[in-house]
Amino acid sequence: MSISIYRSEDRTAASAGRRLDDADLALIEATQDGLPLVADPWTAVGERIGMCGEEVLARFQRLLLTGVLRRMAAVPNHYRLGYLANGMTVWDIDDARIADIGRRLAQWPGVSHCYRRPRRGPDWPYNLFVMLHGHQREEVERQAEQLRELMGDACRDHQILFSTRILKKTGLRLTRRQREASCSE
Amino acid sequence: MKMTASNHGSTDGTTSAHVDVVAKLTQQERDIINRLQRGVPLTPDPYGDLAQELGITSRQLLDSLRDLLERGVLSRFGPMFQAERMGGALSLAAMAVPEHDVERVAAIVNACSEVAHNYQREHRFNLWFVIASDEPGRTAEVITEIEGASGYEVIHLPKEEEFHVHLHLPV
Repeated sequence: MSISIYRSEDRTAASAGRRLDDADLALIEATQDGLPLVADPWTAVGERIGMCGEEVLARFQRLLLTGVLRRMAAVPNHYRLGYLANGMTVWDIDDARIADIGRRLAQWPGVSHCYRRPRRGPDWPYNLFVMLHGHQREEVERQAEQLRELMGDACRDHQILFSTRILKKTGLRLTRRQREASCSE
Repeated sequence: MKMTASNHGSTDGTTSAHVDVVAKLTQQERDIINRLQRGVPLTPDPYGDLAQELGITSRQLLDSLRDLLERGVLSRFGPMFQAERMGGALSLAAMAVPEHDVERVAAIVNACSEVAHNYQREHRFNLWFVIASDEPGRTAEVITEIEGASGYEVIHLPKEEEFHVHLHLPV
C-alpha cells in the first residue's frame, strides 16, 4: 500500500471513471475533507449518505483495488515538519531505460512524486520528473547526486528547480456534475 | 463529476515555527505521524488495529490525531483519491516569464479556477502550475486563455506515466 506503481497500459482513466456509481461518488464527496475521527469511522460516514458501515468499508476496499483510492492516510505538512527545501528535479533519461529507472526511483526515500512527461524541444529535454524533499537545499542536492549515480549512463543531464514561492495552493475537490451529464456517460 | 479548486490558504515556510514544532513532538506523536503516512488498514476497526500496533489505546490515537491536525502538523487525514481514475485530468504547465512581469502573469494564472497549484521556481521556466480539469479539451482551452492574456507561451507537460506518488516524511 505504501508504493503505487501504475504502468501506462493500465491508466484507463476514462473507463475507471465510468465504473464509479452514484454511491461511490457520494462516498468520495462525503470523505474528501477527511475520515471521521471516531471509533467506527465507516458507520459515521455511512450515516451521512444512507449506507451501512459494512458497505462503506467494502466500497473503499474496492476503490483501493481499482486504484481510485491511493491510500487512506495522513498527509504531513512538510513545512511544519521542517522539510523546507522542495526541489523539482528533472532528468533527461534514455527512453529505452526510463521505465526501469522510474520504478527503481519509486522506492527511493525522499522521492514523493515520479512521473514521465514529454520533452519539449532543445529548451526542455527532460522526460523524468522527480520531486525531492529535504530540510535544507544541500540535503536535496545530495539526494539528487545519489539518484544521478543510480541512473548511471542512462541519464544525460539533470537540473534541480527549487521553489522560491508558493503563488497558489488549493485542494482539489470533486463534486458531482448535473445528473443529466453523469447519465449521458 | 466536477473538479474545482478550493483554497486551503497558503502554507509557506517563511516562519521559523517549524523548528519548535518538530522539537516538541513526543515520541508517541512521531510514531503516529510516521505510521499514518504509510496508510491505514481498511479493516472493520482501523483505529483499534493501528492503536494496538502502536501500543496505545484507540482513544489516545484519535485524540493525538485530532491534535496534530488542529496544530497543522498534519494537513489532512483520510482517503487520497487518484483524480485521473475518477475521470479528471491533472496537467503540469510551465512558463518563462521575465522577473519584472511575474506578478502580473501570476495573477492571470491564479485567476483560473482550474489552476490548483502555482509555484515560482529558480529557472528560466519560472512559473510552474497544475491544471485540473474534468472535461476533455478544457486543459488546452485554459492554456490558450493564459497565453492570450499574458502574452507568453505555456509549455504543457502532461503526465505520460506515473511511477510513484507518495509523500512520506519521517520525523
